[in-house]
Amino acid sequence: MSSLSDSLVIAQRNVLRLTRIPEMVVFGLVQPIMFVVLFSFVFGGSMMIGGSTSAAGYREFLMAGIFAQTVTFATAGAGAGIADDMHKGLIDRFRSLPMARGAVLTGRTLADLAQTTLTLGVLAVVALLVGWRIHEGIPKALLAFALLLLLGYAFSWIGALIGLTVRTPEAATSGGLIWLFPVTFVSNAFVPTENMAGWLQPIAEWNPFSATVQACRELFGNPGVSPSDAWPMEHPVAASVLWSVLIVAVFRTLAVRKYRRAE
Amino acid sequence: MPGAIYAEGLVKTFGEVRALDGVDLDVPQGTVLGLLGPNGAGKTTAVRCLTTLLRPDAGRAVVAGVDVLKHPDEVRRSIGLSGQFAAVDEYLTGRENLRMVGRLYQMGAREAKARADELLDRFRLADAADRIAKTYSGGMRRRLDLAAALVVRPPVMFMDEPTTGLDPRNRQQLWDVIQELVAGGTTLLLTTQYLEEADHLAHDIAVVDHGRVIARGTSDQLKARTGGERVEVVVHDRERIGEARSVLAGFGEGGTTYEEHTRKLTVPVSGGARLLAEVIRELDARGIEIDDIALRRPTLDDVFISLTGHAAALNGEGGGGGANGGNGGRDEAGADDRTRTAGGPGAPVPDAAAGGKWSE
Ligand SMILES: Nc1ncnc2c1ncn2[C@@H]1O[C@H](COP(=O)(O)OP(=O)(O)OP(=O)(O)O)[C@@H](O)[C@H]1O
Ligand SMILES: [Mg+2]
Repeated sequence: MSSLSDSLVIAQRNVLRLTRIPEMVVFGLVQPIMFVVLFSFVFGGSMMIGGSTSAAGYREFLMAGIFAQTVTFATAGAGAGIADDMHKGLIDRFRSLPMARGAVLTGRTLADLAQTTLTLGVLAVVALLVGWRIHEGIPKALLAFALLLLLGYAFSWIGALIGLTVRTPEAATSGGLIWLFPVTFVSNAFVPTENMAGWLQPIAEWNPFSATVQACRELFGNPGVSPSDAWPMEHPVAASVLWSVLIVAVFRTLAVRKYRRAE
Repeated sequence: MPGAIYAEGLVKTFGEVRALDGVDLDVPQGTVLGLLGPNGAGKTTAVRCLTTLLRPDAGRAVVAGVDVLKHPDEVRRSIGLSGQFAAVDEYLTGRENLRMVGRLYQMGAREAKARADELLDRFRLADAADRIAKTYSGGMRRRLDLAAALVVRPPVMFMDEPTTGLDPRNRQQLWDVIQELVAGGTTLLLTTQYLEEADHLAHDIAVVDHGRVIARGTSDQLKARTGGERVEVVVHDRERIGEARSVLAGFGEGGTTYEEHTRKLTVPVSGGARLLAEVIRELDARGIEIDDIALRRPTLDDVFISLTGHAAALNGEGGGGGANGGNGGRDEAGADDRTRTAGGPGAPVPDAAAGGKWSE
């Protein structure tokens, strides 16, 4: 039981830190809101989505992609936070205490989850303001948000591993973001996979990120659901859950092992 | 029965660097071991191995009766650690930091809160308790870090240069806390650059250099190894050095050494203060003017220098913290009664007696 309570103590500590550095939360919000606005008004109208090129159609299509991209940015936050703790010697302090092994990392990822939830909530409001709508009812929309949060949680474990590996917060921030761009762009997030080069299509369709985006479009009733017969595109909810669980399982194991050996 | 802290043949290498090269330690329960050594000697590495933060490549360690390598979790329950650099969360208040540590030592919320309040008082941080630690001065952070190490009143404590960066008042206060803890049965391993601190607090001292313990014993034993008293004279007039030297040779028990730029003659003696008076009379009778004269007994500084071949913190390798450490120790040695000084005619207030060695 100490594992859960230790994780909560650490999560509480990280949330408390966020309240002391509200800039971090604000900057975390500015970027996705900027994306919503830029993508909507720059690309809107130039993209064929579900047989139409209407700007409103692209905006509806786009939101699932932006939501998913936003939650995965938790990677950088987790990585930078843990690298900072290493750097400041706090990890040494924690490692000398009789606390549960994974609690420092679990607590961190839980705090990131709280922050992601807040960011996603604000972003959903902005999306509604620019014309995004849900068409399949509240329960399905909530399921979609749950999948997004799970994805974000999974990616924060990747961030935790990066943070333990690079040791400086600056490196963890860029190390946490650089690879996210290809991952989010080689996916169905911003353009339909049908428009991609033939060899890229399967990569995009099996991208864990695409499964969640596809699931969200389906659950929100937004246009642009891929007609592909690749398994993750046909069963996006299951694929999204499986991918996220797999990522947590693998990266949690690696990160906790790395934490225990950290020198 | 091995002591509360026991290590045998600890080896730790970082690539090419052999940070620990077979360290043996044995600290009986309720005593303080002072670990002395120049920058890079391996003190911090030894502390990290004993506190489960590093896994040694070879050797064995037992802390509070538990094998460190086999049962690190159990060891963590019995130890408190204050590392070389204060490890506090800058964005939490002092109170929040201590409560968090209490909770992570598996205390209940109420107990952790009460203990935090108690420690904040004890370390004179009560006024700043609800400010975030980022606004604390270096010494305040240091004290918060030390308080965190004491949250559970652990039976075995490790402090890596605990008083580096503390002002004299806070240092004295920490010494009091440490002595109180030890009186209550706590075992402490302390590393320090303040040789005076080891002298004051430690029952036993181990001098480490290049990852090995090169000497151990009580402060008195180590001083005895370095030799006895000596008289140091700073001659005012360079022309009369030769004459002064022959006077001293008459009292000395060994060769007289001369330090050119300070005009200081040093000769080993036995006979204490009475002899010092005779030397002064003799020099005076011959009209040799002196700027300073002192009877010196070996200090740990001397022990340190003679054993490691260089002065603590003065070998230029370490960072600012180490250098400050040396400085603080130096100032206090000047006021120490181990050094008795008597000014010559018109002599300036002497700080050369103890400080001379350092100010080279
Ligand atoms: N993580 C590490 N990686 C590489 N080398 C290391 C590491 N930690 C310590 N060392 C090396 O091991 C040696 C011993 O270092 P250690 O920090 O134990 O010295 P110390 O006695 O505590 O010195 P100081 O008085 O400066 O604190 C040094 O040569 C140091 O460079
Ligand atoms: Mg050190």
